[in-house]
Amino acid sequence: MRYVDEYRDPRAARRLVAEIRRTATKPRQIMEVCGGQTHTLIRYGIDELLSGAVDLIHGPGCPVCVTPLEKIDRALAVASRPRVVFATFGDMVRVPGSDGDLLRAKARGADVRIVYSPTDALALAEKHPDREVVFFAVGFETTAPANAMSVWMADKKGIENFSILVSHVRVPPAIRIIMDDPYSQVQGFIAPGHVCSIMGYREYEELAREYDVPFVVAGFEPLDLLQGLLMLVELMEEDRAVTRNQYTRSVRPDGNPQAKKIMNEVFEICGMTWRGIGPIAESGLRLRDRFAHYDAERRFDVESVKAEEPAACIAGAVLQGKKKPHECEAFGKECTPEHPLGAPMVSTEGACSAYYAFRKFEDVDHGV
Amino acid sequence: MCLGVPGKVLEVTHTELGITGGKVEFGGVVKEVNLSYTPEVEPGQYVIVHVGFSISTLDEDEAQQVFRYLKEIGELEGLDAAGGED
Amino acid sequence: MGFECPVPIQDYDTVTLAHGGGGKVTHRLIEQVLVPALDNPALRELHDGAVVRWEHGALAFSTDSYVINPPFFPGGDIGLLAVNGTVNDLAMCGARPRYLSLAFILEEGFLLKDLWRIVVSIREACQALELSVVTGDTKVVERGKGDGIFINTTGIGERLPGAEISPRKIAPGDKLLLSGPIAEHGIAIMSVREGLKFETDLESDTVALWPLVEAMLNRAGRQIHALRDATRGGVASVLNEMATAGGVGVVLDESAVPVNESVKGGCELLGLDPLYVANEGRFVAFVAADAAEEVLAVMREHPLGRESCLVGEVVAEHARVVRLRSRFGGSRVLDMMSGEQLPRIC
Repeated sequence: MRYVDEYRDPRAARRLVAEIRRTATKPRQIMEVCGGQTHTLIRYGIDELLSGAVDLIHGPGCPVCVTPLEKIDRALAVASRPRVVFATFGDMVRVPGSDGDLLRAKARGADVRIVYSPTDALALAEKHPDREVVFFAVGFETTAPANAMSVWMADKKGIENFSILVSHVRVPPAIRIIMDDPYSQVQGFIAPGHVCSIMGYREYEELAREYDVPFVVAGFEPLDLLQGLLMLVELMEEDRAVTRNQYTRSVRPDGNPQAKKIMNEVFEICGMTWRGIGPIAESGLRLRDRFAHYDAERRFDVESVKAEEPAACIAGAVLQGKKKPHECEAFGKECTPEHPLGAPMVSTEGACSAYYAFRKFEDVDHGV
Repeated sequence: MCLGVPGKVLEVTHTELGITGGKVEFGGVVKEVNLSYTPEVEPGQYVIVHVGFSISTLDEDEAQQVFRYLKEIGELEGLDAAGGED
Repeated sequence: MGFECPVPIQDYDTVTLAHGGGGKVTHRLIEQVLVPALDNPALRELHDGAVVRWEHGALAFSTDSYVINPPFFPGGDIGLLAVNGTVNDLAMCGARPRYLSLAFILEEGFLLKDLWRIVVSIREACQALELSVVTGDTKVVERGKGDGIFINTTGIGERLPGAEISPRKIAPGDKLLLSGPIAEHGIAIMSVREGLKFETDLESDTVALWPLVEAMLNRAGRQIHALRDATRGGVASVLNEMATAGGVGVVLDESAVPVNESVKGGCELLGLDPLYVANEGRFVAFVAADAAEEVLAVMREHPLGRESCLVGEVVAEHARVVRLRSRFGGSRVLDMMSGEQLPRIC
């Protein structure tokens, strides 16, 4: 596959690894923000290949993991209503709420359907005028324009039996929280390449100046991340707190203006609680008043249930890079993909799930 | 997060409501994609697609930059040849 | 040859509860639709069970149920799957398929013309293998209590003399052969499911594997230690099952596993790992080291095995664990799949 395979070339990868090791004069603490980047780094063993030169701290860029518990509970409540068709991305169906997940709700009779795109959900509404189609609009800024478009199109076409349950989060406020923490070890960031394809990287230039740390915007394939890490290590060696772009084939400094336009027409910034971390100011998106009637939480008048996370789950610490998944007492024991205690074990890009799936050879219990 | 896959635009259509759509090919698989966020894209160009929407047009010249860099540091010899380092 | 569709002579165009009642309507369905399509002496007896001659050696016995939705998909249908699937399970035991039982559970409202298409598929699949459906059953459930059509097939076959297949025979040093490119069936099915549709028709790889297995056994006999088709859970899950059953370690070479370009595109788009996607016509073979090259040659000579390849080996270390040698040179554990692999956006 063009523009994919060549970015997975092993020889080129090894060369970049060598270059990084040659350049780093001491171990560098780097956070990669995006869960998709975490997934690649662990899947290809890049974290292992760089150990000693780069210590990777996995960031909170997993919208599935940070979706607040009550959003999941509200989703479950809405999905169980009669006549509702609950459409969702596959990532969300096994995230545990207070009482089971969407897959269990489906087994109990809820009409839960996995879709690839928000426009598929809208198409379901057009196809079934007698049903209420609700779409679980989860994601970072990357997904917000697509979700916004589904509402924008519903509005233009006058489709009334469609609504969205919004759980959108923004990356820059989360970076502030991490950097505001006096115990933070992070010395540099790999910024999320697809979020920046939409938003551009001006916000990260501001963060670099404010917190005096370098940022490099990187893509998701092994060569992207390796080149991004090399660029970041070089900046750190030169003690330069600036922002650079590795993912130039997709990211422009001001991002995608058409996408931002529709996003801003449909959504506005609001405060948001991140599962495991807590409330972060201005870190979420909600529907503007003009589109409020497409808000599923309002339409279905769903009560929020304040519930407690299992005490053993340290998702918050993992998402902020304070602990690694295998440092959690429940990891691999009470908490596994089959029986997750928290979201990072379920989401394919949650750090816990990535560690579990691609766990290092030496950790495996032989002969049990 | 953000599974974004590069694909080649085969066909572009402008519909009612001002929405741009089209067919994009991913290694042999063709899918209908909403191209409204890359309205000026033309057949033959590549886009990055996330949840059925193009989020950017792929700059093919920039796509080569990492390989130009590798060549600079003297690594691309033998990359296309059979054999080479283990 | 006149092999006409008898459905128009039925009084109904959809399945009704009467079809499962056991009375005249049921008998018309069996005698006018099912029997003529699958015709053979045992079936014509229309007795409760079939009695067949058995002059062969060890008898292999396998059962499987088929619930796939949609029942018609690119590359085949549920009927074809129902024959191939059970034939392949017998083949994985080293057995030539001989007789099948065929049971339907039909949902009220299922179109008789769709049932006919499926029965014809079954007929054609059986004829190609000289296989007979000798007994069967038809039940009807109320609308809403089934998913259109469920099928169960149970097959018996004769194990080839010289075939001694069991996971317990797998030994360190054995080579791992794979019969062709992976993940086709799973992606083909996903690609026609609502909400995930592709414009391209990706075909299921469903095929009856006995002829290929027979060729391999005739050449190498006892040196073929184990066979397993990589159905649900994909190659990764099957290798885990075999590693556990055999009490051995398995190493899989990631870059050796073939994946067709379009399947790869489909997997990338949906965020799926091809190693965990279902196949219907691919299997892995554990072969004694000194016979591996020869067996691979036999496979490649056969039309069903042209793209066979060597993908790994069995080791004494890390018993019951499958290790994936990644293209980057490192290795990681390739675990059994947890639950069902779902498309993702993240």
